[in-house]
Amino acid sequence: MPQRVIVVGGGLAGLSACIRLAEAGIDVDLFSLVPVKRSHSVCAQGGINACNDVARQQGYSEYEHFDETIYGGDFLADQHPVLEMTNWAPRIIDLLDRMGVPFNRTGEGFRDLRLFGGSLFKRTHFAGATTGQQLLYALDEQVRRYEVEGKIHKYEYWEFLWPVIDHDAVHPRCIGVAAQDLRTMQIRPFRADAVIMATGGCGLVFGKSTNSIMCTGAAAARCYQAGAWFANAEMIQVHPTAIPGADKLRLMSESARGEGGRVWVPRAKGDNRAPRAIPEAERYYFLEEKYPKYGNIVPRDIATREIFDICINQGLGIGGENSVYLDLTHRDPDYLTRKLGGILEIYEKFVGEDPRFTPMKIFPAVHYSMSGLWTSFTPGSYCPATPLPGHKSGSRPPISADIGQGMHPGAIDNGRTNIEGLYAFGEVGFAYHGANRLGANALLSCIFDGLFCGVSVANYLKDGAPSKHPAEDAAATIYNRIVEQEQAKQKALLDSTTRAADDKTNPYILHRELGAEMTAACTVVREESRLKLCLSRLAEFRCRFDHIRLGDNAAWTNQTLAYTRAVGDMLILAEAIAIGAIARKESRGAHYRPDYPDRDDANFMKTTLTKFDPATRTTSLDFIPIDASLILPRARTYGKKEPDSTAKKPAVHTDAARTAATPA
Amino acid sequence: MPSPSSSTSIRSIRLRILRCDGPGKPSRWETFSVFPEPGANVISCLQQIAASPITSEGRPTTPVVWDSGCLEEVCGACTMLINGKVRQSCSCLIDDYAPNNGDTITLEPMSKFPVVRDLWVDRSRMFDALKRIKAWAPIDGAYSLGSGPREKPDRQATRYILSTCMTCGCCLEACPQYNLEPDSHEWGTSFIGAHAISQARLFNMHETGAELKPQRLEALEDKGGINDCGNAQNCVKVCPKNIPLTESIAAIGRHTTIHAIASWFSKT
Repeated sequence: MPQRVIVVGGGLAGLSACIRLAEAGIDVDLFSLVPVKRSHSVCAQGGINACNDVARQQGYSEYEHFDETIYGGDFLADQHPVLEMTNWAPRIIDLLDRMGVPFNRTGEGFRDLRLFGGSLFKRTHFAGATTGQQLLYALDEQVRRYEVEGKIHKYEYWEFLWPVIDHDAVHPRCIGVAAQDLRTMQIRPFRADAVIMATGGCGLVFGKSTNSIMCTGAAAARCYQAGAWFANAEMIQVHPTAIPGADKLRLMSESARGEGGRVWVPRAKGDNRAPRAIPEAERYYFLEEKYPKYGNIVPRDIATREIFDICINQGLGIGGENSVYLDLTHRDPDYLTRKLGGILEIYEKFVGEDPRFTPMKIFPAVHYSMSGLWTSFTPGSYCPATPLPGHKSGSRPPISADIGQGMHPGAIDNGRTNIEGLYAFGEVGFAYHGANRLGANALLSCIFDGLFCGVSVANYLKDGAPSKHPAEDAAATIYNRIVEQEQAKQKALLDSTTRAADDKTNPYILHRELGAEMTAACTVVREESRLKLCLSRLAEFRCRFDHIRLGDNAAWTNQTLAYTRAVGDMLILAEAIAIGAIARKESRGAHYRPDYPDRDDANFMKTTLTKFDPATRTTSLDFIPIDASLILPRARTYGKKEPDSTAKKPAVHTDAARTAATPA
Repeated sequence: MPSPSSSTSIRSIRLRILRCDGPGKPSRWETFSVFPEPGANVISCLQQIAASPITSEGRPTTPVVWDSGCLEEVCGACTMLINGKVRQSCSCLIDDYAPNNGDTITLEPMSKFPVVRDLWVDRSRMFDALKRIKAWAPIDGAYSLGSGPREKPDRQATRYILSTCMTCGCCLEACPQYNLEPDSHEWGTSFIGAHAISQARLFNMHETGAELKPQRLEALEDKGGINDCGNAQNCVKVCPKNIPLTESIAAIGRHTTIHAIASWFSKT
C-alpha cells in the first residue's frame, strides 16, 4: 500500500498542502464539508502581502514585512516562523502568478499594488476585490489536475468527526480520521500516515460574524478534545468594517481604506442630515485626527476600538446608532469599479445603495481567529546574539531574504501539533499573527503553511515516522473504537427527537444564545466580571446541550444532526476562549481589558496554552514562553496623537444640537 | 459588544417550499409563515424555519435542507429557483420579493441537477465538466520558478471577469439545451454548458494555459460540446456575475472552427 495523507479542509491552506504532497508523489485524501471551490477562502477580498520590486526600491524589504507583522501582532507571535513566512511571500506571489491568478496590472502589465493596514508601503497584491476567490480557484484548478491524474481523491460533503490517535505508540500519533458522508450519513474510518487539519476559523462561535456558514471551529474543537493543545484561544479579531445583516455580517474589505476610504461621523451628536449634505468641517475623521501617520489604515484592532469608542462611549454613531461612515465618494467611480468592484457590488446588493456615490454605513464584526491549534517549528539559521531593536522603516535590513533563516525547511515538526502525525495549517493553527493579524497576511499564511510545512509532512512520511507505514500497522480496533464513539454520539442525538420541544432544548436557539453571549462578553472590551458571568452561562449551556432535542431523525442528509453536533463542539471552544480572556490580565492586540489597559510583557508576552481533560471534560491553562529572539518588543502606538487643545473644535450643527437635547 | 442598530418593521410573509426527502422520493409543497427581520433575505428566513419547523397550517415538520456557504454571493452554493427564476438565495432580499404583509415567495430546487434533499441539489457534474476541458494552467510544479507572464490591463480585465465564475449553475438551469442527467456515464457526451465553455476561453487566454488549447478545443468539438449550443442566450441573462458568456461561446466557436480547419489541413 502506498503511503497516504489526509487533508481536512479545502481552502487555501488545505489545497496548497494537497498540491505540495501530490507533487512529492504522495497520495492525498481531501475531506471537505463543501465542494472545495466553495470554501470560506472565497470571502477574502483585499489581497495578499509580499515585498516587491517597487517597494524594495523605496527601502522596503522582506525584513520590514516581518517587523510589521510582529509589531502588528503586538509581539505575541513566535518570531522565527513569521520571518520565514515573510521571506517566502514574494515567491508565493510568483507561483500564484504562474498558476494564472488574474492579479490587477499596471499599464505596462506588471502586477499592481495597493496600500493596506499596518504598512506605509504598497505591498498588497490583488485581483479586483475578490482576491481570496481568485487564489482559491487557482489552487482548486491545480488540485483538479492532480485529481485527474489520480493523486488526489476528494471527499466533498464529508465531515471530519474525530482524529484516530494511536496511544499505544511510543508517542501518541495520529493515524487517520473518522468521517461522515453528509448525504448517506455513513460514518467510516480512514487510514492515513499523517493528517493535516486545514479547517479555518471559528466565527460561528460568535453567532453572526463575517465567516461562512461552515466556520464553526468544530473540527479544531474535536482535535482539542482528543488531546491537541489550543493556543492563544482568546485572540479573536473583530474587523472594523462590516455590513450588518440578518443572517451574517458581511465583510467590507480593508482595501476600501487602502484605496483611500475615509472613516467618519458627523461631529455633532444627532446630526441627521444626509452624509453628503454635511460639510467637510462638520465631519469628524477620527482615525485621521488621532493617527496622523497611518490614518485610516491603522491595524484592525485599533480601528475597531476607535469605532466602538465613537459609537458606544461618545454616542457619536450615525443617528445615535451603532454605525459610522466609510466613505469612498471622493474617488473616481471608474477607478473604484476597477479596483474594488467586487466589494462595492456586495454592498449595493445587500444594502441597496451605491457606495461610489453614497458613503457606506459600517460597524465592527467578528472576523478571524488568531487563536488555533498549537503547532511547533524548528528555528532556522538566523540567530542574532541578542534581539535587535525595532526595524526603522525603509532602512537596510540586517539579513538577506534567503529561505531557511526563519524555519528549518522540511523539519518534521514544522506546523505539527503536540500529537505526532497531526498537523494544523492556515487559520486553524495559531502561528504568525500573534494578538492581531494584519490585513492581507491571512492568505499568505495559509498558502505558506501548505507549501512550506507540506514538505515537513512529506519528510515525516519518508523518514520521520516510527515505521514507514504507520497507518497500515495499526490495529483495526483503534479505528473501530472511534467509529463506535461517533455512532453512539449520533444515536443519542437522533433518539432525542422524541423529547418535548421547547426553547431550552432547541439547538438553533442555543446557538443563537451562545453567539449573543460570546459577542457581548468576549469581543472588543473584555471585563473580568462579565467574562466570569460568561463562563457560568457557558456551563449552563453545556448542561442544556446534554438535553438537546433534534427536530429531524432522518437517516438521509440530516443537516440538523451535523449542525447540532457542531454546536456541542462550539461550546467547548467558547469556554477555552473565555478562560483565556480571563487569564490574560493585560491588554494586547485584539485583547482589551479595561481593568488591565496596558501590555505586560514581563508576565504575558507568552502563549496561552489550553488543554482539555477528556476524563473530567475540563480545561486547564498554562502560559508558555514565546520565541522573541529576533526583535525587541516596543510600544505599539502607530504614532497615535493625544487629543490637544489646538485641534479644531467640533462644530455644532444647531438643528442637530436641538434634536440631541430633546429627551427621547 | 452591542449589535449593529437597525430599524424594525413587523410583517408576516409566507415561504412556499417544494420539498423532497431524497432521491426517488415524491415531492410535496409546504408553506411556512415567517417574520422577516430588517434586511432579511431568503437565508435568514430559512434559518427561522430551521429553528421552528412548523408549517403555516400548524403542522410540525422537519427543518428544510438547503446548501449554503459564504452568504455574500461569492461561493455559489445557495442557488435555487425563487419564484420560478434561478438565483442565489443569500442575495435575495425579502424587502424586494415580499414587500407587503402576507406576500408569498416560492422556493424550489434547481431542476437540471439531481435533488439530494429539499432544496439541495448535486452539482458535481459541473466540476466534472471542468476536468473535461482541462481547466488549469499546466505549470511546471509548485516551487518558485520566477514570475508569470506579463499581461496588459485590458486582457487581465477580460480574464478576471471570466474567472469570477463561481460554478453556481444559473446558466445551466436557464439553458434549453442543458438537461437533467442523473447518470454520470452520460456526462461526457451531453451538453457541457456555458460555464465550461467560458472557462475554456479563460485558460486559452493565459500564456501557460494555452498549452492545452488544442485539447480543450477538441473536447468542445466533440459530442456535447459547442455545437449543442442552441444560441438561446438565456445563460448571459441569468449570470449573477455578469460574465459575458455569449461572447465566450462566440469566441470558442470561432476557435474551434479555425482549429478544425487547421487540423484538416495538417492531415492532408
